[in-house]
Amino acid sequence: MLHIFCPHCGELRSEEEFHASGQAHIARPLDPAACSDEEWGTYMFFRDNPRGIHHELWDHVAGCRQYFNVTRDTVTYEILETYKIGEKPQITAASKASAAPSTVKGLGEKV
Amino acid sequence: MSAINVFQQNPGAEAKAQTPLHHADLASLVGKGRNNAGVTLREKKLLGHLTLRGDGHDPAFASGVHKALGLELPVALTVVAKGETSLQWVGPDEWLLIVPGGQEFAVEQQLRNALAGLHIQVVNVSGGQTLLELQGANVRDVLMKSTSYDVHPNNFPVGKAVGTVFAKSQLVIRRTGEDTWELVIRRSFADYWWMWLQDASAEYGLSIEA
Repeated sequence: MLHIFCPHCGELRSEEEFHASGQAHIARPLDPAACSDEEWGTYMFFRDNPRGIHHELWDHVAGCRQYFNVTRDTVTYEILETYKIGEKPQITAASKASAAPSTVKGLGEKV
Repeated sequence: MSAINVFQQNPGAEAKAQTPLHHADLASLVGKGRNNAGVTLREKKLLGHLTLRGDGHDPAFASGVHKALGLELPVALTVVAKGETSLQWVGPDEWLLIVPGGQEFAVEQQLRNALAGLHIQVVNVSGGQTLLELQGANVRDVLMKSTSYDVHPNNFPVGKAVGTVFAKSQLVIRRTGEDTWELVIRRSFADYWWMWLQDASAEYGLSIEA
């Protein structure tokens, strides 16, 4: 069982209280009517499936019922950080590559 | 002013009202069961439950709530109370206000007057949920059997309130005293919780208060 840090509740909570809702930071086209079918279809249906760092949207469904973002390593399932909607991740695939793995720090922790 | 249709939803004391645990007939169970029971259960019946939403970072919102209720907006994971009225943090922009039954309409009007012009929401959810009070030396044992949340006093001081997973479903746990806890439960789950709590507290003895 993972303990995940909810940035709204401000404490670590059991994984079963949460629900993962897919990739984060997907910007809706400002003018949907001006999109081509391909652009709209890409926005609507196509998602990244990276091996490694992935930014995801999670929902604290059993607690404060708020969405927030998670940076997770899809290889190890390690949650490296959690942050509120509208904030920028501290850890990205680029920053991870340039830093030694042992220096990665985040609010999420393995238990 | 908004065009919200605010009206008296409480039919009054003369109307026959049934609580979510009406079918369990708790009144007939008072005084039965083991002596010195480790858990005492009481349904806090037919209270006024109001969901309040607004911007907690807005000083005008916080002072408006204080003006209407005489209570400070609680910070994350806490519940504050004054007499029979309690105000609980539910989320960063959501609070649960519980008032004595029959006062919900007047309190809603006070809130709307005090918060006029702000982007807020007040919804009467009295019919959707109820409050169970558990009291006794073994309540924490019952909770430990039911939820993965840490209910040790170090992590769960008096005045804390959390929504969490409980017995495969979800509810809100509030600690109102050293040995006194409250569960905010959904109406449709009332029978499930009633049966669960009977089973979980059987080994400590369960007594009922009306």
